[in-house]
Parts: sequence; structure tokens; C-alpha cells
Amino acid sequence: MSTNLSKQDPTGDSQVGTTPEVTGTPSADTARRRIGSTLVRNGLLMLLAFVGIALLLETLSPFRVSQLGVMAYYLPAIAGLTVLTGLNGQISLGHGALMAVGGYTTAVLLERQEGLPFLLVLLISAVVAGVVGLVVGAAAARLHGPYLAGATLALAVGLPGLALKFDEFLGGDQGLRVSPPRAPDGIESFYESLMGDNLSGQRYLAYYGWIIALVVLLLLSNLVNSRYGRHWRAVRDDEVAAELAGIDLGRMRVQAFVVSAVCAGVGGSLLAVVTRLIAPTSVTIVLSFGLLTAIVIGGLGSLLGAVIGAAVLVFMQQIITDTGLDAGLDASQAANIAPLVYGVLLIVVMLAAPRGLVGTVRMAWSTRAAARRAGA
Amino acid sequence: MSMSRTRPLAKVVAALGAATLLLSACGGGDGDSGSAGGGAGSTTGIEGDTIKLGSHTPLTGVAAPGYSEISLGTKAYFDYVNANGGINGKKIEFTARDSAYNPAQASQVVNQLVLQDEVFGMIQGLGTPVHGAVVDFLNEEEVPDLFVSSGALAWDNPSEHPFTFGWQPNYEVEGKIVGKFIKENFPEAKVGLFLQGDDFGRDGAKGAKQFLADQVVAEVTYVPGNTVVGPQIDKLKASGADFVLGFNVPSYTALSQLAALKVNYKPKWFYSNVGSDATLVGGLLANFSKGAVKNGAGLLEGVYTTKYLPTVEDPANPWTKLFQKVWDAHGSSGELSNFKIYGMAGAYTFAEALAKAGDNVTRESLVESIENNGATFGGPQLAPFDYSKDSHRGISGLSVVQYTSGQVKELTKVQTTDGGDAPIEDYAGEPNTPDEDGIPNA
Repeated sequence: MSTNLSKQDPTGDSQVGTTPEVTGTPSADTARRRIGSTLVRNGLLMLLAFVGIALLLETLSPFRVSQLGVMAYYLPAIAGLTVLTGLNGQISLGHGALMAVGGYTTAVLLERQEGLPFLLVLLISAVVAGVVGLVVGAAAARLHGPYLAGATLALAVGLPGLALKFDEFLGGDQGLRVSPPRAPDGIESFYESLMGDNLSGQRYLAYYGWIIALVVLLLLSNLVNSRYGRHWRAVRDDEVAAELAGIDLGRMRVQAFVVSAVCAGVGGSLLAVVTRLIAPTSVTIVLSFGLLTAIVIGGLGSLLGAVIGAAVLVFMQQIITDTGLDAGLDASQAANIAPLVYGVLLIVVMLAAPRGLVGTVRMAWSTRAAARRAGA
Repeated sequence: MSMSRTRPLAKVVAALGAATLLLSACGGGDGDSGSAGGGAGSTTGIEGDTIKLGSHTPLTGVAAPGYSEISLGTKAYFDYVNANGGINGKKIEFTARDSAYNPAQASQVVNQLVLQDEVFGMIQGLGTPVHGAVVDFLNEEEVPDLFVSSGALAWDNPSEHPFTFGWQPNYEVEGKIVGKFIKENFPEAKVGLFLQGDDFGRDGAKGAKQFLADQVVAEVTYVPGNTVVGPQIDKLKASGADFVLGFNVPSYTALSQLAALKVNYKPKWFYSNVGSDATLVGGLLANFSKGAVKNGAGLLEGVYTTKYLPTVEDPANPWTKLFQKVWDAHGSSGELSNFKIYGMAGAYTFAEALAKAGDNVTRESLVESIENNGATFGGPQLAPFDYSKDSHRGISGLSVVQYTSGQVKELTKVQTTDGGDAPIEDYAGEPNTPDEDGIPNA
């Protein structure tokens, strides 16, 4: 069945193969095709994004840099969740728990296996989260709507409890300390000769996190524009039609869940490193809900929405609290205003812009374009 | 085709560009890293005659009831000091930020306090796992990390964390003193241990078992967050334990009392200091039992616990009187509580450290002042601080008390000890009394 499927759909990882060759000399055409390919174009865009981030990290105050570091660990998890929910139609209230899997794997490996290269630790953490995602996804593929929400909610509530159950190994309530990686000497001296300044630990971590996050975004954006992405959307939009077209529903759901879990694992690994600790209290149900609200506010299924959602998650609470303090509220009142505003924002977005910020803007855009075409 | 396809990354780039402009606008102007102050040490956080202090503490979330009052007390005492001329002419500007009892959020707000607010030091950062996320960062940045609100042993590590100081008696010390009390006063008791399943329960049990190894007949643990403790209480009952010693947080004092009530289990109860605030536990009991238990605090009649600070149950104590006066003049809403007294007591210790550090205080000289003078600090604590170059431990002892008809009855003298098998001794010193103005002197 699945081999048939790939034969039916020859497009592979890009649309190049189906583009009819009509005009132009062969060599110019090949060049245009290469630039047009999703991977190359997105790769260039990612480089541009990296330049933007580097500009931010070099010009902002150390505190803003640390906030960007936090954003970098939310971003992969949120992007993975928005693909799962927005493109495949599966809801997950348990992504905080999958982040916990990534975070604990990283902490255990860094603590018990000293000298492992950090990138390898990150990859292993992603794989372990993916394996957990495979198990959960296999169960989730059979569930719908509220049952799926319930099952993943149980994961979010239950999984951090394992750290308390196996406290000798996982550190119990106080969690596992993580020593953040230092920049390799080569990178440090290169940075110093380039910028004429020391590479502080936090700035290095922010760079590190953002490079990882951008790679995750690049891979995801290729994936959602590929045959896999189309199959996931087909499953979301109309199960019967998708099945008639030869798509294995369960297989696609599990696939999407595993991809999403791998992203959450990457996010969790970065979380452990950036906050220097992984503990049950840092991966509570509140984290899972935070990820979900981020994709709702940003716009389901949109990677740009994921970036906006991550920014809202990181910056909004701090800005609201500070505004409250400046307005003369005491510390406790100011702190309690943030969740209130957050809740109000969520309600307003769902009422006024149910597609999220990105979806609404995109919608307005295409309506206007359609009107203009109709007028012309 | 390629024109109409969505290009997520193109928009990501556009958004980041916009964000660059926006954030540069917000974040500009505070590029100074601020470690000025010559060779003698850092004076970051001191501007003119103000000195900035910060704290991370749960103001929202599950740990907020009770614990959120601590920073209110701290702030009230500093406001009182400021209204009376400050310390060495310096006013103390105190900012508490919300950790939500979440290490990840604590690390963000501590970044903000250190990097943006540029505080001189941190005081009373709350919670073992929560503070664990920031202790390395604070020491790398060489920010005084004073009087951590947690009895874990981890804060006493001057070689690795020279800027971090514990404050309240640690759980092992408490366990030892409690163990000795039970062995001497109830030598025939069959003791059951009711423990939180982490270092809190483990350290406490370790201390107590030095004296009670022969008397312990059962040991049960609970997992924080799981509110079902019936099986644990059943097991204690079945083991024949007639004296239960709990190292648990307040909500589990209430839960264990309710579970015991259900199966008509009536041993003697001893709760560690952390879990025994009568007002809070009483409220929790009424709440958990959905109103069935009305006189919640009354259920604690006859319960044993420990004490290392004066409490609201003792309004005649000169310290309680002082703190009542401070709260009445500078407190926000609500009555004085033991949590607020805890906050004020820590603030008092800071004020004394600052006074003794002299006029030209730096981060380093403040730490030195605590190491050199801390053992003789005044203040409301019942036993002296164990502070020196080699010890950042905090209050060195406590006394055993019992709730009897709404009062707290002292059953032992204040006793002091060290970790490990160091002996337990009665504290011979007189209790401190506050000066007329209630502000420590140099």
C-alpha cells in the first residue's frame, strides 16, 4: 500500500519534478529550478533569519539576550505542536511531557556520560522523545477529539511523576542540575576576533538555541511542503477522501505525532540547558497549556505563528508585570495580572481572530487579493 | 505554482526583522554591564543612597497561598527601615518577582533581576528545586545570594557557592533534635515516619533515625502532587505505630489528618516546622474536607512541632511586638502571619549584615561581613547563626513545642547541633531583644 503510494506521488521532497519545462535554455532552466527548490530557498531564508537573530543578539541588553535564549527552547516545541494540530488535526495536551523526556535525557547524559559532544546529546534526546512519541502516537491514532485530549493530558500529568518515582536516577522533586556547555575554544576565539568582545555564556547559549531552532524550522517547513505535509493535511481535511486516495490514516497520524514529539524533545533538551536544571516543577501541565495557547494565538499550522506564539509566551508576562509595577501595583498584584491579561487575550483572539494572528492576516490578504482580481 | 505556495520562512524572516527594530528600541540604553567599583569589589546595585535587592518567590500558582506572604513581610520591614533613615544612610529598594514555584520561570526572573534591574543581591529565593536552577548563575555573576528560603543542605557549600547562604535550620538538624526529643520523652513509642519523597523527607529521616533507629516500625513516603495518602496512613496504622513523625509540607499535614480521621487512627503526631503552621493547616483542613471539618486549627490540638522564630501565637514576645508594629505601619492588606514574620526576620538579618559591612559596602565585603560577624548577629532567631568562612549553614538549632489550647507551649530549651553525628547541646545564650527603634546597628 505504502509503496504504491510513493509511486503515485513522484514529487518527493520538492515540486521540481512536476514542473513542466516549457521555455528557456536547459542550463538557465536548471539554475532557476535549483533556486526554486524548497530546500535551497528555505535554506537561504534561514541564513537571512540567522543574520537577523545575530543582529538582535549583538545589539540587545544581556537580559533581552537571555529572553531570546528562552524563546529558542519554546520555539521547536511550539513549531512541532502547530504542525501536529494545525496540519494533521490532532490535539496534544501532553507536549510539556515530551519536552520533559528530552530535557531529562539531556540531563542524564550530560551528568552521567561526561565528555559527550553536546550536539550528540541533543540528537539522542530528540530520538528518545520520538520513541515516546511513537508509543503515544500509536495510541493517539485511534482516538479523536476529547478522547485524544484526555489521553495526552494524562501524559502531561503522569509523566513528570516518574521523576519522583525513580528519584535516585532522575533526581526527584529537586530535579537534575545541568551544566550548560561552554563554547568550544575555536568558536570562542573566532567570535572574539570577529566582534572584539568575549562570548558570554548566555549569548553563546542563545546562539546555540537559535541555530537549532532555525534548523528545526527549516526541516519542518520542507516537510510540510512535501508529500508528507500534503498527506497530513488530507487526513485532517477529510478522512474518507484521504483513505479513498490510498492514504493510510493511522500511519500518517503516527508519523505526524513522532515528528512533533522529536521537535518537543529538542525543545526540552534546550530547556534543560538554558535553565540549567530539569525538574518536575519546570514541566508541569502549565507548560503544556502554554504551548497550546501559543499556537492558538499565533495561528494553527503556521510556522510564523509559532514564532509569534513563542514571543508572546516569553515577553508578554514580563512586560505586563513590569507595566503593573510601574503603575504602582505591589509585586503580588502585578504578578497576578499577567495570567489575567493572558486569559483575556486568548478569549479575544478566539472570538475576534479564530485563525490566530497569522491566519487572520493571511485571510484578510487573500480576500483583498481576490476582490482586486474580481475588480480587474 | 511556486508563487501561490505559502512560504513560512519568508514571513519568519520578516517578523524577525521587525522584532529587531522593536526590541532594539526597547532594550537600548542599558548596555552598561555595571561591574564598576575598582579593585575592592563590585558596587553594582548601589546608586547614590539606594541599594537594590531582589527575590524570586511564588506569587501565583499552587505554592502561592502562604508563601506569597513572605515577600510582603520582607518588603514591609525594609519600608520600615527606610522610613527610619535606612542603614548607614542607605535605603533598601526591594523587588520580589514571581517564580510560580517553577525553576524555568525563576531562572527568567532572576536573569531580569540581575541583568536588567541590576540588583546588588538576592534575598530569600524560595524553594529547593526552584532555587537550584539559579544558584550557579548567581555565583558565576558573583551576586550575593542570601538567606535561601529552603532547609536543604545544598546551600551550605562555600567552596562551590561562595555567595550563597542558607538561613533556616536545615532538615537534618531538625531531624536530629526531634529524634532526640522523642527518644528521651517517649522511649516506648513505636514511631512511624511520614515523609515527602525527596531530600526534605530524606534529610529529616536521616537526622531522626540517628536516635530512633530501634523505635521506627514503619516508614512511608508520599509523592508531592498526589493528594491520596490513605494507603500510607493505613500502613502506619497496621504497623502499630503510635507516634507519627512527619516531614511534609502544610497541605500534607491536612491530608494526613483527614486520612487518619477516616480510619479512626489516633497516634501522637509530630510535624516538622515546615508543615505545621496552624493557621494555614486549619484553613486547608476546612477546604479539603469541604467544610466538614470546621475548627481545623483545633484538630492540631496536642500536635508537636518545632520552632526557631517567635510566632504570632506569642504576641507578648518583643520581636512579635516589633513585627506587629512594622506590619501595622507598612504592611499591605491582611493580618500579620508567621510567613510574614519569616520574611521580616530574613530582612532583619540582611539589615544587620549591611550595617556591619560599613559605609563602603561591596558585594564581596557584604559576604565577608556575614562570614566574620554572622555568628554574633542579633535578631529574632532563637538560636545563633552558624556562619563563618567554612559554614554558610544558617540558624543552628530550634526548640520542640506543642500546640495546647491555641497556644504554643515550649517543651525543650533551644537546642543546637551540626550535621552528621555532632552532639546536640542546649543553647546557653540569652534570647536577643530588639533595640528601641527595631533596626540593627553597626
